[in-house]
Amino acid sequence: MGPEILRDLTFDIPRRSFQFLTGPSGAGKSTLLRLLFLSLQPTRGLVRTFDRDIATIPRDELPMLRRRIGIVFQDFRLLEHLTTYENVALPLRVRGKEEASYRADVLDLLKWVGLGERINVLPPVLSGGEKQRVAIARALIDRPELLLADEPTGNVDPPMARRLLSLFLELNRLGTAVVIATHDLSLMDQVDARRMILSQGRLDIYE
Amino acid sequence: MSEGAKQQPQQPAPPKRPEMRVRPTAPIVPPANVAGNALMCVIAIMAFLACLTYGAVSMVRATAASWQSQISREITIQIKPDEKLDMEAALRDARDLAMTFSGTKDGQIIDRAATARLLEPWLGEGLDLDELPVPRLVVITIDERDPPDFAGMREALAQTIPQAVLDDHRTWVNRLVAMAQTTAWIGTAVLVLVFSAMVLTVVFATRGTLSGNRHIIEVLHFVGAEAGFVASEFQKHFLKISLKGSFAGGALAAIVFAAAGFWQTRSLATPQSDQATALFGTFSVGVGGYLGIAATMIVIALLTTLTARFTVMRTIFEIDRIRSDPARTDGLPDS
Repeated sequence: MGPEILRDLTFDIPRRSFQFLTGPSGAGKSTLLRLLFLSLQPTRGLVRTFDRDIATIPRDELPMLRRRIGIVFQDFRLLEHLTTYENVALPLRVRGKEEASYRADVLDLLKWVGLGERINVLPPVLSGGEKQRVAIARALIDRPELLLADEPTGNVDPPMARRLLSLFLELNRLGTAVVIATHDLSLMDQVDARRMILSQGRLDIYE
Repeated sequence: MSEGAKQQPQQPAPPKRPEMRVRPTAPIVPPANVAGNALMCVIAIMAFLACLTYGAVSMVRATAASWQSQISREITIQIKPDEKLDMEAALRDARDLAMTFSGTKDGQIIDRAATARLLEPWLGEGLDLDELPVPRLVVITIDERDPPDFAGMREALAQTIPQAVLDDHRTWVNRLVAMAQTTAWIGTAVLVLVFSAMVLTVVFATRGTLSGNRHIIEVLHFVGAEAGFVASEFQKHFLKISLKGSFAGGALAAIVFAAAGFWQTRSLATPQSDQATALFGTFSVGVGGYLGIAATMIVIALLTTLTARFTVMRTIFEIDRIRSDPARTDGLPDS
């Protein structure tokens, strides 16, 4: 077993809350996001997600719980053979929804993130910022109860970062709890939100 | 509004931009890539070899069975010449005697002309049988399933025609049966080996192709796809690949057999064809052979599909297993 990355943390992510998760590289942000995304179990201690102890959730229940969480990966994780539109629609497609039922929503969201003209473009042709916006749109499309975003504005210019932040805030107003992991102080300064600062495995929370 | 403004020509409205159309939704698993095409080629080659082996082995088995059947279907009575013996009467008596035994079907006396033809390769044409003490033959066709009592027939012949010798070909039949069985066993062993190689090749090639698609499995899993959904998407994809590959290989093998059979029919009674027929039998695999080729294709398609399903399920299991092993960071979001 490797070194203990996080210890003595006690916190909750209330419903409809908005918070930034920050801290130096290697502080454990990634591990914390993995715990919240149900892709890691704690070696000790208790993590409850949607009122369930994540260490005891059976494997076959994970997909249903993950559908309630939207995640923006730092490395985007887009499928390169699918277009912008198809990548964003993917979470709805795997839920077995008919395309006609979500087409308008996907197109609206793509317009909102400034990709209305890029719906038929494949990821290899997109810039880093465009890929990031596709990844964000994919995480938002099914209005998750919890949104985890890892450096979601790392590859976009300040105006687009503000636009994306307002998208997260809008989603939060509609009822989604949002956790944004970021190093971007200027982004955090734009919103009066809870700050969770990880340092040397410990967590300080500034309400 | 002023009069002047009214007289100004109206600006044409800017052309309305056409609504962007979404392309037809692409399959979740990419339809064609280099690895997929390579897998299709591997499947086609293995299907071809497996079908070819199956056809060849069934041909060898049929040939071995026909040797055995042909030789055990007949017995021969040989009558050595003797000064005191009326050869023609002895031949008739021997045939009639043999036909009294149950299990005999037909008796044929090899006449003088046919005997001369038999000896022609050694003694040349224009042979006068009266000048040489050449034995004569009676060929008796017997029922293979209910053969006559050879010992009784031998004894009866010895009493009636002492010059007659019964050859029931048992020594040859036993040797041929042993040889035919060995040939069939060797063929079956080769078939098992080729099929095993095919199974392993198809399984490993499928797994190799799937390893290049691990990122797709991960993304689908992380956006909430159930394992069964992911597996069925990959199954569909690999079923298509394997059906195309195995159909190409199987069809090619069937064409090879059909072409060889056609060549043999066209070149009937030529030295080349006779040589090939003597060695390999007829190049006809029959309905059973073609059904076997079809079955091989189905087996390959099932094998590929099941391997794809099993590998996808295992990959998802691995991804979930990492949950309980914090030391592993592969396949997980970074930050």
